[in-house]
Amino acid sequence: MYSVRLWASRHARFFEGVYNLFEPVIVKLHPLWNKLGYQRAEKPVGKVEALCKGLLFDCKMCGQCILSSTGMSCSMNCPKNLRNGPCGGVRLNGNCEVYAERRCVWVEAWDGSQKMKHGERIFAVQQPVNFSQQGSSSWLRQVRQVTKSKQQSEEGA
Amino acid sequence: MFFEDEPHPGEHLPILPGHTSPGRLERVLRAGEFAVTSELAPPDSADPHDVYSRARVFDGYVDGMNATDGSGANCHMSSVGMCALLTRVGYAPVMQVSCRDKNRIAIQGDVLGGAAMGVTNILCLTGDGVQAGDHPEAKPVFDLDCMSLLETVRTMRDESHFLSGRKITVPPQVFLGAAANPFAPPYDFRPHRMAKKIAAGAQFIQTNYCFDIPRLKEFMARSRDLGLLEKVFVLPGVGPMASARTATWIRNNVPGIHIPDAVIKRLAGAEDQKKEGQKICIELIQELREIEGVSGVHVMAYRQEEAVAEIIDRSGVLQGRVPWYPGRDEIKLQERA
Repeated sequence: MYSVRLWASRHARFFEGVYNLFEPVIVKLHPLWNKLGYQRAEKPVGKVEALCKGLLFDCKMCGQCILSSTGMSCSMNCPKNLRNGPCGGVRLNGNCEVYAERRCVWVEAWDGSQKMKHGERIFAVQQPVNFSQQGSSSWLRQVRQVTKSKQQSEEGA
Repeated sequence: MFFEDEPHPGEHLPILPGHTSPGRLERVLRAGEFAVTSELAPPDSADPHDVYSRARVFDGYVDGMNATDGSGANCHMSSVGMCALLTRVGYAPVMQVSCRDKNRIAIQGDVLGGAAMGVTNILCLTGDGVQAGDHPEAKPVFDLDCMSLLETVRTMRDESHFLSGRKITVPPQVFLGAAANPFAPPYDFRPHRMAKKIAAGAQFIQTNYCFDIPRLKEFMARSRDLGLLEKVFVLPGVGPMASARTATWIRNNVPGIHIPDAVIKRLAGAEDQKKEGQKICIELIQELREIEGVSGVHVMAYRQEEAVAEIIDRSGVLQGRVPWYPGRDEIKLQERA
């Protein structure tokens, strides 16, 4: 919902904290996901993720969440799907070029990032969207990535 | 500026050390000259002479011409098509690539095709939304954004592979450009966004119409603080407004263009509004040239293209330099003989 989405990015610092508490928990559950099979876990976890993030951020389930790098304003709501900052068409009042009555996703993102602890993440260049991951769970992908890099560093040590 | 080894239409110049393209625009900028580029409006026709006659009005005054890619989301001759015609006679086009109409497969193909035809400059754009143009019912693609587009072309050039990782045997040697709009919110983010574009591969920047000099100065100062000005050539956009009415219409209808009230007032109060618009443009060019980090100007004179030569001439920014055009050196060679 549009108003909830605006509210969420205006409380970006809070949601950054929530996610920072939440991520270690789902990462710790890696043995469970593994036992269940990531394929099988995909459907229920994806559903929960879509519900929570859909309600709060109007999440589009791109499957490669960058909310932490965009001031908790989902960049997939930008009509141009911009993942790296606002286009030149932003109106003087900070509204979108395409939807004149709505705030620019990236104006909200910039404000949100200024409130966050790691707001500087907005300066990183984001890769093109991988459309084959659309609809899948970002959370599970993150768990697999974190676990893999942990295992690799352990093997390296 | 005369390069001893230039140019034979269709043949590349040698790539100088430290350069990435065999093009003249990069040479002029890296030599520290004040560069002039202009916008070439594509015709709504399939006649090549429409392109050539539009290009000819800039002869001797510009170092590059931007072949627009469906600007304002309106349908015209494609930028690839225009570049094919322009490079055939030796012009140095800046091929604009917008993310609105093509996915990554089509775009990478166009980059290779363009470079093969002799395109040495590519400007990577996001593109206006479809709602702004004459086909608002079209499907907006936006597979890449301007940032990932820049990075894609840079990877193709410097690492000789496609996004997929597949190898490119002869990479496209191009000078990479991007747009910036210092005049749209969020203002604090704009220099950082330019920094991202430079990190992604931008070597020159063309901006939207600049009427607000203090705002641009602020943007340039922040960019200098971020250490960006040594890494990129900035060419602010300028252009004559035909009348106060046109300026108001553009301000209200074209995304991303901000014209201060003072400019519209000055136009409205003038006896000959068209002449006044050109005068404002000349004054802006002269002011811009004094700003640290400004390496040239990009002139967008929609429907007033024939006025560009006079505007550049009267602004005095070329300081007697005659940019190459087809036939320039024949005159020179004849004079020498």
